[in-house]
Amino acid sequence: MDINELHAMAEQEQLRRKPHRIRYCTSAGCVSAGAIAVKDGLKAAVKDGKLDNEIEISSVGCMGLCARGPLVKVEPSEIFYENVTAEQAASVVSTCHGGATDAKVSDLEHPFWKLQQPIVLENRGRINPERIEEYVQVGGYQSLHKALTDMTPAEVVEEMKKSGLRGRGGGGYPTGLKWETVAKMPPGQKYVICNADEGDPGAFMDRSILESDPHRVLEGMAIAGYAVGATHGFVYTRAEYPLAIKHLQKAIKQAKKFEFLGSQIFGSGFDFKVDIRIGAGAFVCGEETALMHSIQGARGNPRPRPPYPAASGLWDCPTLINNVESFANVAPIVRNGGDWYASIGTEDSKGTKVFALTGKITNTGLIEVPMGTTLRQIVEEMGDGVPDGGVVKAVQTGGPSGGCVPADLLDTPVEYKSLLKLGAIMGSGGMIVMDEGTKMVEIARFYMEFCREETCGKCVPCRTGTVQLYELLDKISKGQGTAKDVEQLEKLSYMVKEMSLCGLGQTAPNPILSTLDYFKQEYLDLLQSPADLNGNKIEATANAPSA
Amino acid sequence: MSVQNQPTATVAPEKPQKSASDNKSKKSDNKSKKKESDRRYKALDMTMKRHHYEADALIEVLHKAQDTFGYLEEDVLRHVAKGLKLPLSRVYGVATFYHLFSLKPGGEHTCVVCLGTACHVKGASELLADLEAELGIKVGETTSDGKISLLGARCIGTCGLAPAIVIDEVVSGKQTSEETIKQIKDALAQ
Repeated sequence: MDINELHAMAEQEQLRRKPHRIRYCTSAGCVSAGAIAVKDGLKAAVKDGKLDNEIEISSVGCMGLCARGPLVKVEPSEIFYENVTAEQAASVVSTCHGGATDAKVSDLEHPFWKLQQPIVLENRGRINPERIEEYVQVGGYQSLHKALTDMTPAEVVEEMKKSGLRGRGGGGYPTGLKWETVAKMPPGQKYVICNADEGDPGAFMDRSILESDPHRVLEGMAIAGYAVGATHGFVYTRAEYPLAIKHLQKAIKQAKKFEFLGSQIFGSGFDFKVDIRIGAGAFVCGEETALMHSIQGARGNPRPRPPYPAASGLWDCPTLINNVESFANVAPIVRNGGDWYASIGTEDSKGTKVFALTGKITNTGLIEVPMGTTLRQIVEEMGDGVPDGGVVKAVQTGGPSGGCVPADLLDTPVEYKSLLKLGAIMGSGGMIVMDEGTKMVEIARFYMEFCREETCGKCVPCRTGTVQLYELLDKISKGQGTAKDVEQLEKLSYMVKEMSLCGLGQTAPNPILSTLDYFKQEYLDLLQSPADLNGNKIEATANAPSA
Repeated sequence: MSVQNQPTATVAPEKPQKSASDNKSKKSDNKSKKKESDRRYKALDMTMKRHHYEADALIEVLHKAQDTFGYLEEDVLRHVAKGLKLPLSRVYGVATFYHLFSLKPGGEHTCVVCLGTACHVKGASELLADLEAELGIKVGETTSDGKISLLGARCIGTCGLAPAIVIDEVVSGKQTSEETIKQIKDALAQ
């Protein structure tokens, strides 16, 4: 494969296309809402109308507005239809030839679409994830070609540093620096790992990216391999995402066939192969050292760092680990330059971030916004607020490692620094909206139950701390707690945070601490005898059952 | 193997009378008989071979074993340990560490309730409580007739449909207890 062949492949795909295309979403959300029946309806209508030569029905990945699935898009008119039913399918097909339909047209001027800036999701609704030709047609693998033929590995690393991209898995470590560290390790066997173990409940960004645009991730990994001197990559993904695994497997096979993966890619001396490793349901495996143990077939126990994976990772070799979304940003950065990426976003946080907007919100879905967009814009303008006129109480970011931002602080811009200041974190991108009916102590208890179940049991503060914290929260939420329990809860939270071995334990108390910060009254209202609070707690604690 | 085949076949009927002290030889007899007759073991052996019997492939092999056998019974774990030349403790350790590996057989049908945050906020725990009451089992258990297992999932990633359930691999969203119970009944009636 050389650049001419790449262009020819794109052209051929363009020529193959029929004048009209109707795209239907095949992601889990739309499929559960009935997308398959809609597809059957569309295909039947095309067949009945003998329009096979004019209209093609093609699947695409997630288009974002999951709340209003099944979504259907007609090309080239670029009209989006929401909540399409199988009965409406025939009329949607007729619009290609000037017909009318009663299917609801999506308002693309709505802030939900208008405020988005798709970079990671730029191919959303444009390509069939199961066909490499469509990815190539929208410019796919050209960044890999550019890196391999026009740039040295050091120049690629330099562009990544310039871009200011920070780890999108939640840590926020500068990606360019990580690449540089691995690149500087002595030559020899090195590995690239794509962390697709998206465990945060309420987050589905990585699933959507892998399902909708798997080649984008592979291209990013190959460029990373070239930059750091690695020839072997792994994608570690959750077993709970069968469709993502299927699409990824298919993508790897196709990329090998067209020699975008394999040996001497684009006639250069660079070899790169990618294997998939499937997790088995352990949240802690999202932690990088645990993840590497899991790839090596062992229990997913984390280990102390240093040595960092960049120095000694998989099979003790230097290893680059990035999140799915980080890798998905690589191709556009190489294509447009680091400065271009750095011009988007804020001083502290560059570029865009994908969020999964869920919970008590009207427009549930997947969005990509420039850093610096405020939470209020996301929740109230893009998300249309709480359904049925409810009131937003808090927004939870970062899953079990994050915190709750109360409604009066919604004007906070989305960036690493400002979220951290509030006791929340950027996290991997789950954003859960809570309304007045949501009990915050219950939320803290929910997350602690999660951490209690998911702790790997290796270090004591996390193993026993999460159990004790859960017991305390359970006791308080049942109305049996005392003021002393709340005090203990806070003290123990700090202890677990300070003493735990890995990210899971170090961040597990965050939901407690942030709800204590902003919603302490809710804890106090649940106490056995709220009057105790003003220092008079001896009597109540004396006969409190031990947790 | 073919040499062992003959004696194993004749020993088999006597097995029930064998004493507990004979347990070990009984097991190996049992196993070699299985290896010969059970295609599932062959499939497992193929997977191990494809991974060059590397210990690092343990999780892939266990995935295959669970797919093939439905759950990881002791004999299967022993077989994997032998194939990959790993101590049984290591295999057992990995099999029990990961939630998706089950050492007990599941029901004919499964109902998974997503307990992720978005579903939780929209009432998944109430839904689960209703299902537990309806089926008379707790989450993670199987009904005594082996018909259905009730499971909880951390998050199945379809938060737009909260609260979501998965009955026999089919995802349904925006559930009420009544709807889910009806779907379970339909699944059981099939």
